[in-house]
Amino acid sequence: MSRPAFYRTIVIAVALALLEAACRLGWIDRFSLIPPSEMLQSAAHILASGEYTRDILVTFGTVAGAAILSVMGGFAVGLILYRWPRLKRAADPFLASYYAVPSFIFYPLFIVMFGLNRWPLVAVAFVFAFVAMAISTVDGFLSVRPILLRAARSMRLTRTQTLRLVILPAAAPYLFTGVKLAIVYAFIGVVAGEFILSGSGLGYRIAFAYQSFETATMYGLMLILLVSVVTINMMLWSRERRLHARLSR
Amino acid sequence: MTAHSRPSTGRFDTLVLVAVATLLWAGLAALVGPKVLTGPVETLTHLGRLLVDGDFQASIWETARAFTLALAIAWSVGLVIGMLLGASRMVGEVSEPILTALYSIPKITLYPVILLLFGLGLSARVAFGAIHGIVPVALFTMAAVRGIPPTYFRVARSMRLGPAATARHIILPACLPGIVSGLRIGFSLTLLGTLIGEMFASQRGLGHLTIKAMETDDTRLLMALAVLLVAVATAASAIMLGIDRRLHARRS
Repeated sequence: MSRPAFYRTIVIAVALALLEAACRLGWIDRFSLIPPSEMLQSAAHILASGEYTRDILVTFGTVAGAAILSVMGGFAVGLILYRWPRLKRAADPFLASYYAVPSFIFYPLFIVMFGLNRWPLVAVAFVFAFVAMAISTVDGFLSVRPILLRAARSMRLTRTQTLRLVILPAAAPYLFTGVKLAIVYAFIGVVAGEFILSGSGLGYRIAFAYQSFETATMYGLMLILLVSVVTINMMLWSRERRLHARLSR
Repeated sequence: MTAHSRPSTGRFDTLVLVAVATLLWAGLAALVGPKVLTGPVETLTHLGRLLVDGDFQASIWETARAFTLALAIAWSVGLVIGMLLGASRMVGEVSEPILTALYSIPKITLYPVILLLFGLGLSARVAFGAIHGIVPVALFTMAAVRGIPPTYFRVARSMRLGPAATARHIILPACLPGIVSGLRIGFSLTLLGTLIGEMFASQRGLGHLTIKAMETDDTRLLMALAVLLVAVATAASAIMLGIDRRLHARRS
């Protein structure tokens, strides 16, 4: 383990221990927050009982679908913006303000378009996530050094060959960042949608547990969700760091 | 950056894009009918009526108040955290993954915790908006501070600047462009957080109106709210993007 990773483990362990102590000593009342150890117990119980397995699978399936669609759609949009710089310039103010608009507003519209199933939620998450991929794609393409493109021209590569053999490999780190963000935002979009609007999934179950005062269940579900998201994110993050390190070499 | 040296044509293109999008919207609305999607003309006239309505103004005011407070907290706390964590290489290495992880979690899941800790009032909504903005501001500030060339600090030392003078004359100017980028993203996410906070477990503000419009299938109100939010967010964002670009251009 590297030194920063070692210190990081200590920081997290101390924070958890403090939280545990604060709850056990009654500094925070048990109704608001339960000790981390009890959250873990509750999470283990939830996973073992299988009561919420369907909701967990539904949430992860929806996120996966939304993330895949966002990556493909975002890549296509990024490519279009790269090909037409004028369009990109025109769209810039909207791309920059994109995340301030809650895409859930369009949920009723999506229900009419797709029916009362999981697809409206996929659409909400897609609308939320694909822009991150599009921005990363166009940034990555624009970061390709001109000399590489000149080399491609001097070798008389066609447009498609230039894209496949020169631009894509050179922009790979940026594209990977886009994929990471698309997955993260798909998670945020799906869970928030479930939380506010839907009748199934992990987000809905957490909101339901909150409203019916089942604090232990609520924190158990929360722990399952947060640990999964953080684990996925950390795996992507360390891979991303290695890719970007290759860039600066 | 030759692409941005002709802002007038860029602005013209943006207008063309808005016009095309509006036409598409009108076409789609005509296709699916006004019960599903309200057309642009009807939406804008409805928004015009709403803007002079007292109840609606109260909702805007409510959201604006929560958002302003949340933004003040997100910006200041994010800046301080980012500066502190960016000051030492080791601390930065240790904390960056933690911040990235915090950034990636769906913060809506933490909302019940915040409601339990702060109660069902303005403070819970402000706190929820603020936690959306703090992390990106801190991440960008930290990256900006860590990106300062070490020579600058050597110059500061050789000029015998104290910590306050170093922060004021060396650190701040050097990392201002990065910080402004962070503040811009913090703005967007804080607004999103405030609105989500109002959508769930609140009886006031534009977020609450949105949820009510969804429950009663009031498409016209929903579209009017969407247009209002998009317009406000885009305008604010465009201003900050302008500052952002000018600062980045000055440096390069």
